[in-house]
Amino acid sequence: MQIIVSGLIIGFVYGLAALGLVLIYKTTDIVNFAQGEMAMVTTFMSFVFLTQLGMPYFVSFLLALIFASLFGIAVYQMIMKRVQDSPPLNQMVLTLGLFLVINGIAGLIWGYHPRSYPEAIAGDPYQIGTVFITLNEIFMVGLTFILMLFFFLNFRYAKIGLAMRASSQDTVAAELMGIKVSHVFMSAWAIGSVLGGVAGIMTAPFIFLNTTMMMDVLILAFAGAVIGGFVSLPGAVIGGVIVGVYENLVSYYIAPELKMVYTFILIIVILYVRPQGILGGPKFVKKV
Amino acid sequence: MKKILENKKLYQLLIILFMLVFPFLVGNSGYFMSLFVTACIFIISAMALNLLVGYGGQISVGQAGFLSAGGYAVAILSHKFGLPIWILLPLAGVITGIISLVIGLPAVRLRGHFLAVATMGFGLSIPQIALNWESLTRGYNGISVMRPQWLSGDLAFFYVIVGTTLVIAWIISNIVKSGMGRAFVAIRDSEIAAQSTGIHVAFYKTMMFVISAFFTGIAGGLYAYWFGYVSPQDFNILTSLLILGMVVVGGLASIPGAVIGAVLFTLIPHFTDKFIGMTNIIIGIAIILIIMYRSEGIVSFLDRLKSPEQDDQVKGGV
Repeated sequence: MQIIVSGLIIGFVYGLAALGLVLIYKTTDIVNFAQGEMAMVTTFMSFVFLTQLGMPYFVSFLLALIFASLFGIAVYQMIMKRVQDSPPLNQMVLTLGLFLVINGIAGLIWGYHPRSYPEAIAGDPYQIGTVFITLNEIFMVGLTFILMLFFFLNFRYAKIGLAMRASSQDTVAAELMGIKVSHVFMSAWAIGSVLGGVAGIMTAPFIFLNTTMMMDVLILAFAGAVIGGFVSLPGAVIGGVIVGVYENLVSYYIAPELKMVYTFILIIVILYVRPQGILGGPKFVKKV
Repeated sequence: MKKILENKKLYQLLIILFMLVFPFLVGNSGYFMSLFVTACIFIISAMALNLLVGYGGQISVGQAGFLSAGGYAVAILSHKFGLPIWILLPLAGVITGIISLVIGLPAVRLRGHFLAVATMGFGLSIPQIALNWESLTRGYNGISVMRPQWLSGDLAFFYVIVGTTLVIAWIISNIVKSGMGRAFVAIRDSEIAAQSTGIHVAFYKTMMFVISAFFTGIAGGLYAYWFGYVSPQDFNILTSLLILGMVVVGGLASIPGAVIGAVLFTLIPHFTDKFIGMTNIIIGIAIILIIMYRSEGIVSFLDRLKSPEQDDQVKGGV
């Protein structure tokens, strides 16, 4: 039981990161492989605010998120905007290049030594039945839930969500309807970057803070997003949770070192049965 | 003068000549020969991946897994059974090809980022399996590989690698021109159109993965023989990304493009080694700049030299 609950909690973090990926993909049609590294930089920034400038946790948390949104906007304005019409493969490889650059620069600035990162809310774990859970973990799940709900409702009902959906369907038509598509894309990048940043700050206490910390999280978030179907916001969170629980079960019952192998098998099996993911909707095939 | 510039055969001859005299140009220096061999291994891998990405329109972020598999196939088989090299190298390719079915069969149904994530998972899994299947791979310790007596000299084996690279380049350039290559391009351009003209899409998609894995496996085998050692971390996810970067930066659907990309990405670490951490930054910047300003890849600079009617290669994005 404890294993499943811990899996759920870490799964929510994957779901959060996956949510950022899906949001960017759904709006701008770009799969952002640099997401994890952007989140890593955000986490480092919050660490700098926290320790070197001595700010309280929530101030540094908010400042880091503001930084994340600016970072997302900068990436979009400087690089992604120019390749918006390139073939998907080029865009994908471009984000891989971005991944290398960000990772390298972060390594130059912050070095390669792992550091410990504080939890949001310290405190002893509570016991509920047979399960131990800390306040911090409750905070994480709650935050993910609120963010997910917020973005889901926004995407579905608010004007910016409508604009996002319109731009993702047809940029030209959206522009003719008076939507400033580049602003919409920019906000998608900002929000995606913030979501990744939150996931990074949540993950940092579990694994030490270093430049490669988001590598595994990113891959598992990708797995979650793919399982969820890559176009569905709730699907991303559900996929993330599935991956989290599954990964924890594998670690406990089979072998912790082989969790990536088993996650890969899970991806292959799910995608073989349903190539569009669990909540991917009907499969669209581009006509000639 | 223009005639000479346009002569494709002449370029090929010059490159082959350069490859043959290279050891003497660098005075048999072990470091430069290793650099050259690494370039050759990446050239083979990039050409094989180009078959998949450039011609076939399928993305793979797991090529390093095939390299590892090829290296381990050579190491394990030569250790356990002592098979000779001329059987082992093709066998490494065949084994890697069979392993690639794990990813090639599901790939028939996947596309785009779904395929990217699936292949990425494959590339990440292979090192973990190699690390943990200790009875077969000896885990962290890796396996040492002995070259046969008559190839124990670096110079002799250097020529084996150069020869293999040239033969594979020749085979791949012929595959591309064959019916199978045309089928790949047709699938890339439109699966539905390909299917309606009678191309067996599922079969050719699987074949793409198998052929690509076959050549990459041979490259992995060459690597194992040259460095005399394989370990789980030889080829990681970063290697997969690099090979994909080589193909895109060099030029999609172009064999010279793959060669240029591979050589470039092998040379960059050589020049940036003095500054720790700079290698990835420079490679990343190179990728970003090329895609932003020259999305057809470096090879498109060469095309300008040629007159349009000579440009008979199959071009196009994915």
